[in-house]
Amino acid sequence: MATSTGHRGRGRRNKGDWRDKSKSNQERDGKPSKEGESHADDSPIVKAFRVFQKELDNRNDRFERIFKLSRDITIESKRLIFLLQRVIGSDDPEKLLAEAAEKIHELHSTKFLEIAKELEGQDSYQYLRAYTSGLQEYIEAVTFYYYLSEQRLVNLDKIQKQLIFPKLVSVPVESSGTDSQEAGPDAKQDNSDPSCSDDQPKPMDHSDDNAGNSSTKPEPTGSVSPAGASEDKKTMLVHVPPSEYMLGVADFTGELMRMAINSVGAGNLDTPRVVADMMRVIHNAFTVFDNASRELRKKTSVLRQSLQKVETACYTLTVRGSEIPQHMLTDVFTSTAASGENFNVDDVEEPYD
Amino acid sequence: MASTQDIFTDFQEYLNADHELREEIRVVTRDMNQLVREIQTVLQVIHQPAQGTSMAELCKTAEDMFGKGKELYRQLAEKIPENQYYRYSDMWRFVSQRFVYLAGLIVFLRDGRLVTREEVAALLGVAVQREDGFHIDLDDFLMGLLNMTNELSRLAVNAVTSGDYERPVQISRFVSQLDAGFRVLNLKNDALRKRFDGLKYDVKKCEEVVYDLTIRGLVGAHNKD
Repeated sequence: MATSTGHRGRGRRNKGDWRDKSKSNQERDGKPSKEGESHADDSPIVKAFRVFQKELDNRNDRFERIFKLSRDITIESKRLIFLLQRVIGSDDPEKLLAEAAEKIHELHSTKFLEIAKELEGQDSYQYLRAYTSGLQEYIEAVTFYYYLSEQRLVNLDKIQKQLIFPKLVSVPVESSGTDSQEAGPDAKQDNSDPSCSDDQPKPMDHSDDNAGNSSTKPEPTGSVSPAGASEDKKTMLVHVPPSEYMLGVADFTGELMRMAINSVGAGNLDTPRVVADMMRVIHNAFTVFDNASRELRKKTSVLRQSLQKVETACYTLTVRGSEIPQHMLTDVFTSTAASGENFNVDDVEEPYD
Repeated sequence: MASTQDIFTDFQEYLNADHELREEIRVVTRDMNQLVREIQTVLQVIHQPAQGTSMAELCKTAEDMFGKGKELYRQLAEKIPENQYYRYSDMWRFVSQRFVYLAGLIVFLRDGRLVTREEVAALLGVAVQREDGFHIDLDDFLMGLLNMTNELSRLAVNAVTSGDYERPVQISRFVSQLDAGFRVLNLKNDALRKRFDGLKYDVKKCEEVVYDLTIRGLVGAHNKD
């Protein structure tokens, strides 16, 4: 009966990428629309569902576009981290850092700008799942970069600030997201300046927001509300939720561990101690967080292992450092790590290279 | 490392505020769940209509109970910061779906047609689109409709038992149209898609009931579309 009227009418408005994946969906209802067009259009229910279809497609397409961008960010950030790992023990660390700054900068003005465009006028939490992995990897890379250049942990404000872009043209929010691309290179903030510090004028005034509403608003870290930024100040941004930032910081400690171990090989015997201090501070803080997410707890346990490894390294250095020639120390560490638990932080990360 | 410490203190505050808000939301959604159960209990009577109450009366009673839901949604909406709907929406997703299901059921029983998003929104005092404020997510709306078809297929069976032979025909036509509607959507491989896959069993059940009636001449041929 009426069952057959509907699905003949579809199959003609097919666009968007994600549908390639939902193959079985296609198989079942993707019948050619030779006949029954007008028949299907008659039903008020089908009419209503056409509206829903548009909305769902719009959302899914946007999600998929953001997801792709996020993957690119993940890959670029991984490369960035490899680059930064070479800073210790290199002849010209300044040059490598400058190169890293350039890469970070490029990420902002390309991929992140694109995401900001996609998110403009949207509830960023709706699409957070699409870009969370890329964002975390990026935060890991960027905190690592700032740690190497400033020897301290970069705060969320600074990271967020760099992901705020001026609104280019006052185009009504559209799902296309590619129409204003030519303005990309100009759309950067002060992110080329690696030494920018906290007392710098902020593009957005959220200091009183921080003090006043911290009890009612769940954003006491002073991060900007996505809406206020994009509408009032003619900017758009990639919102960085504090929890994402913390997950990124947790990943960053893995890099610290690697750096500490590698640096000994390069004859840098103080680094493990300095790094251990930093990791300890982070580790202490992480263990204090109660009602944290499952994800955060998982990362905390990995962090603990990394810390232990660095502490063992410090111990070995103190006990045997004076006895062993420097070039042999590396071997000592390698064997310590192997005999201990499985310290490989990369095991928990996504299989990108 | 003072500044590092500050970073973590801030984050702890953030976590605390988040936790507090979730607690508040939980209180409201608990009341919502309670209300949904009450309305559902009222509507369960449709499966034994012999008790004398008319369908129109039932619908009226149930619809009036939505007034309390309106108030609860107002309370909930006040708690959610702007543009953070989807940060917390998991907490009221299921109860919203049940509200949609109940509203859909009422409208179908009363008018024999599909409830619109606007009607559901008006009934609950929320916006239709995200841009206009607190709303019911489209996924949840559709999920509610799918839950409704399940209830309707049950009603088709029970209507026959109590001698109402016209109802199953009406239900069968409606569910089929709904099925056609859902086929218009390009569903991703998610929860909605999974639930939609169950719709065909409801359609089948309704068709079987209509078949049984037709073959015995209990419904006239003019009922066929």
